[in-house]
Amino acid sequence: MADRRTFAEQAMPFAPQLYSAGLRMTRNPADAEDLVQETLLRGFRSFESFTEGTNLRAWLFRILTNAYINRYRAKQRRPQETDLAEVEDLYLYRRLGNLDAVFSNRSAEDQLLEMFTDDEVRQALEDLPENFRLPVLLADVEGFPYKEIAEILDIPIGTVMSRLHRGRKQMHRALYEYAMQRGILNDPEPAGDASDG
Amino acid sequence: MADCEKALRELDTFLDGELSDATRTAIHDHLDGCPDCLSAFDFHAELKSVIAQKCQNDEMPPGLLSRLEQCLHIELAPGGDGSA
Repeated sequence: MADRRTFAEQAMPFAPQLYSAGLRMTRNPADAEDLVQETLLRGFRSFESFTEGTNLRAWLFRILTNAYINRYRAKQRRPQETDLAEVEDLYLYRRLGNLDAVFSNRSAEDQLLEMFTDDEVRQALEDLPENFRLPVLLADVEGFPYKEIAEILDIPIGTVMSRLHRGRKQMHRALYEYAMQRGILNDPEPAGDASDG
Repeated sequence: MADCEKALRELDTFLDGELSDATRTAIHDHLDGCPDCLSAFDFHAELKSVIAQKCQNDEMPPGLLSRLEQCLHIELAPGGDGSA
């Protein structure tokens, strides 16, 4: 059983992570701030139910996500279950995968880091409908395993996987469109066999 | 080709570290001999890492940390909601 008097000391180091995730969820700094405050208060009040030595970060993220969903559903009456248009597999890869040839001796990671601004990547994530945004946020940004995400969101693991797959593809397509808009890429179609050229 | 399809079907689960040891090893073996799939897997691993890096560490509003600390401090104080 965890001691409330140690809660602040243990939980406050996670506040910046909770704020960032809250911002991706609510898409609004004032709402994110409220959400983090609610999360810490709820965590404090139920800290007795936290088992010392287990994953405090996961425990706090579970509270954060629940608090967000409760607020969201209170506002919406019904949860928004939006579907996504079908995007082909490997969408972005087929369009950017041959970049090595363009920037030769730099890693693909460096190229991608420079190609997209923080704001563009955040926007691409935040533009996903909630039912896709939360799994992608929890998996790709926060690094939680499928099982944990399934428990946090109270959906089957298979649903986590399919939402991740489709949410990611949608996000990749948005990133491609940002790159096109900024004129970084000007070839609207995959390069196909021309990758050596 | 059939092996490539099989490998690509597990792209997400592989990168998410959600595969059994046997399947993971089978995919590793395939990637060792297939530059095309290796390139696709590499690209997605790097993209995933870039997305994570760029979606974290937002600057917190000034004073938020101290407001949160104060909020917990009040809870803990005698007479606060958490004093029971």
